[in-house]
Amino acid sequence: MNVPEDLRYTSDHEWLRMESDEGTVGITAYAADELGDIVFVELPAPGSRLEAGSTFGAIESVKTASDLFAPVSGDILAVNEQLNGSPELINSDPYGEGWMLRVRLDDPSALEALEDAAAYRARIGAA
Amino acid sequence: MTDGAEALRQTPLRDRHQALGARLVGFGGWEMPLQYAGIIDEHHAVRRAAGLFDLSHMGEIWVTGSGAGEGLAAALVTDPPRLAVGRAHYSMIVAPDGGIIDDLIVYRLAHDRFLVVPNASNADRVAAEMEPRLAGFEATMEDASAHTALIAIQGPLARVILAPLTDVDLGALKYYAIAEGQAAGVAALVARTGYTGEDGFELFLAPAAVPAVWDRLMAAGAPSGLVPAGLGARDTLRLEAGMPLYGNELGPDATPMEAGLDRLVKFDKAGDFIGRAALEAARDAGPRKQLVGLSIRGRGIARHGYPVYLPGQEAPVGEVTSGTLSPTLGQAIAMAYVPVSSASPGTMLEVGVRASRVPAEVVPLPFYERPA
Repeated sequence: MNVPEDLRYTSDHEWLRMESDEGTVGITAYAADELGDIVFVELPAPGSRLEAGSTFGAIESVKTASDLFAPVSGDILAVNEQLNGSPELINSDPYGEGWMLRVRLDDPSALEALEDAAAYRARIGAA
Repeated sequence: MTDGAEALRQTPLRDRHQALGARLVGFGGWEMPLQYAGIIDEHHAVRRAAGLFDLSHMGEIWVTGSGAGEGLAAALVTDPPRLAVGRAHYSMIVAPDGGIIDDLIVYRLAHDRFLVVPNASNADRVAAEMEPRLAGFEATMEDASAHTALIAIQGPLARVILAPLTDVDLGALKYYAIAEGQAAGVAALVARTGYTGEDGFELFLAPAAVPAVWDRLMAAGAPSGLVPAGLGARDTLRLEAGMPLYGNELGPDATPMEAGLDRLVKFDKAGDFIGRAALEAARDAGPRKQLVGLSIRGRGIARHGYPVYLPGQEAPVGEVTSGTLSPTLGQAIAMAYVPVSSASPGTMLEVGVRASRVPAEVVPLPFYERPA
């Protein structure tokens, strides 16, 4: 299971990629695989707030619906509008074209509270 | 649909499922394949070509004897003595209060020999309910669930894939008919029944024979697009076809009439049957609610248990029983119980999807019918 080294992870299977004080958020390959065929994503509007640990949206596969949890707090700069028409990008490219949000972190050091790749790999039982 | 961690029963095809990369889940006490390549691909394969399903979790209960038909007529809402030999019908077993215990297929193999197929999760309960109901009749009941396997090949190409492998004349086998014969060289009951809305066949087999039959069917069908299909696709296929599922549309809180299955209840049959008085009273009083189809007109997917509202009203008036994004229609569909006054096609309702209310239109069932 693909768990990129340069990302941080939540226990709810979201990932965060940092570039200066801006982060990109998505869900992991493991989560996408567990959900199966993803058919719908509900994301907040750009300009709204992200609060660490709170629900920021929902993701639905054919089988089930699941909440999305914010890994950090900050202002939402952009959402991936492509997911409206092509939610399957989350299955095919969870760390790339399947990204969900770009956020300006209130406190860039907040990412230290998230799991690194090794810890997340241990969580999902991946080698 | 995932059960707890108690020991799950395994079908004779478990090794095949694992080798095919299936995601296995607990369902009705059995470890079953939820999906192989993915629910949407499997769903489309069944609509366009064919899919092969392991349904070995389903129950098989034999009722035999000169009074088997009469006994079943007293035990179920339908009238099995009216079945011609070699034919089948959809039926239900209800409690004395009229609540649904399970939905069933009843096959008549001989004048004095019937096969009753309940859902996996209800097989023990149905057997336990039927035994005393049959007690006063010249009928013997045998629960063969543990030593009967069942696979289904479903889809527009099912017949051409299966035909060379069986001595049963599939062209002559009508919808809801069954014949004894061979499949891939082993004894099989071949029925033209299914739960997908497509043409297709169900094969009752001895468990030991199933892996070889599965392999022969896959080898014969794969070039024309046959794929293994799991319970996930089975659920989206039956939902598009407007077929109810026990635990969702059917259960102790619904009568067959409320589920839109009035035609099953043979009030005109000779003799009493368990639930008759309650169902007659329910029929005369009129349904408390009605099962409808919903086409979701906004963004979001209505799921089992989500509330249904009249537009602009605070309190929910109904509940979604099943919902998904229809792979065939490319749009969210659902079934729901709503007040009879809101059950006419064209009625606009709302479904509570998380924090929002999504418009939904009542539409006729089924959502999908196969091309004639």
